Amino acid sequence: MSRPRRERRSVVAVEAIGPYALVRVSRGSLDPGSPGQFFMVEAPGRVLPRAMSLCLAPRGELAFLLDPIGPGTRALAALERGDELHVFGPLGNGFRLDVERPLLVGGGIGIAPLPYLAEALEQPPAVIGFRTEHHAEAAVLLPNADVVIDPVLVTDAMPAGRDVLACGPEPMLEAVRAIAPDAQLAWEAPMACGYGACYGCVVEIDGELKRLCVEGPVLCSS
Amino acid sequence: MLLLNASGCLDALTAPDVANSFDVFVTKTVTPQPREGNAPVRIAETEFGMLNAIGLANPGRDVFIRQTLPRLASEIDRPIWVSVGGFTAREYAETCEQLAIDDVDCIELNLSCPNVDEAPESAAEIVRVCRAVTGKPLYAKVSPHAWDIGETVRAIEAAGADGLSLVNTLRGTTLDARLRPTLSRGTGGYSGPALRPVALAAVLAARRVTRLPIVGMGGVETGRHVLELVACGATHVALGTVLFADPDAPKRVRDELAEELATLGSDSVDHLFGVALDTVASGVNSSERLRVARRE
Repeated sequence: MSRPRRERRSVVAVEAIGPYALVRVSRGSLDPGSPGQFFMVEAPGRVLPRAMSLCLAPRGELAFLLDPIGPGTRALAALERGDELHVFGPLGNGFRLDVERPLLVGGGIGIAPLPYLAEALEQPPAVIGFRTEHHAEAAVLLPNADVVIDPVLVTDAMPAGRDVLACGPEPMLEAVRAIAPDAQLAWEAPMACGYGACYGCVVEIDGELKRLCVEGPVLCSS
Repeated sequence: MLLLNASGCLDALTAPDVANSFDVFVTKTVTPQPREGNAPVRIAETEFGMLNAIGLANPGRDVFIRQTLPRLASEIDRPIWVSVGGFTAREYAETCEQLAIDDVDCIELNLSCPNVDEAPESAAEIVRVCRAVTGKPLYAKVSPHAWDIGETVRAIEAAGADGLSLVNTLRGTTLDARLRPTLSRGTGGYSGPALRPVALAAVLAARRVTRLPIVGMGGVETGRHVLELVACGATHVALGTVLFADPDAPKRVRDELAEELATLGSDSVDHLFGVALDTVASGVNSSERLRVARRE
């Protein structure tokens, strides 16, 4: 596994994709890591960095997809080319890629790690769901995917008999694992450090508290 | 001056390199029984700091002594200070007694965790019963909530403490979009930049009444911040919240401190120990203060 590093990187571009922002930074000596791993990305003017899974790894760059809904993500979306920020990673455990019949499932901003994952698995089938048509513009990042829009749910459109790799809001992950008990699920929690120091990012899974940054963020539910 | 991590802000077993970049490693608080900690949500950011409500998650003292401590001793080539917590003075004392182990260099009594129900005994009473059962150096970590820190410090010193850790977090609350507390416990410990002036004032107040060593902490992010705590009378300095954003902070802060000292034409931080105290006591002339304040 590659060793995490913390470097000051510069912004190459910030692109709007529907309501989301794709923040592209120069890669420097950072290793992109494996799909599902994440980086702690400095949020300008804020005390804590933000945990972001890698969305794409274009040559010489790292790209993060974010939903600008809070002060940190809004500050990140407002960055301009040439701005500098600290990026620390890759961190955590990503998806296991030794699957026979992969199916990617994503909901909302939870599609963030799927484009990089799709690349590694040679563009497998995918089902992704969004709240609105506007949010669904992000489907451009995953050209192979079947797209559903609320009130249709990803679980309505998931074919059976697949090795599911999913990321999305907690209710979606719970629904996915109810029909695919062996699914690999990428969870999310507010995170302060990203490297196991603060014990802040625990989630309760089957009655057990797990530190997502070191035990996850991808956990196998069975 | 030693640079330490603030207890609770670093797990040396998941980040041994960070622990080894300090002069001393301070463990997370160890309690008699294992504690899973509070339910999520455990952290919340504010404009000027962060709240945490971890709730002293730890494996309990038996597992700590049998499993964690030997692993720490093999991975960390720094003195190890063990933070001890409890719910009665007797619990604190029992843990101190069991820590009569070579790998333990110092015991820091966590007398002020804002995220658990506190021991009903006073800080000084807990220090007194622990002093009676341990020969290890004993530091008392004090809450910034005390109305008169000087009085608390005098009582802790009289009870036999060898040093003080100032300050722990302040209790705080944030509300989410629906106007409900963000943290599942409702309140949490407030740390980060907002705590810095509180820490400076507490260290000044303590230094006026004691000559015990003081580990100053609270919102330290830069070399300049270290210098300010030392100027207020801190003997040593600890880094906490800054580690979450910057695991390389110990080295950076040391480099910045060296630069600050060079700018001031001083070759040792010890030369600036307590200088803020002197000027408060002797009353630097007001017009000079105004001149400096206007310039800043």
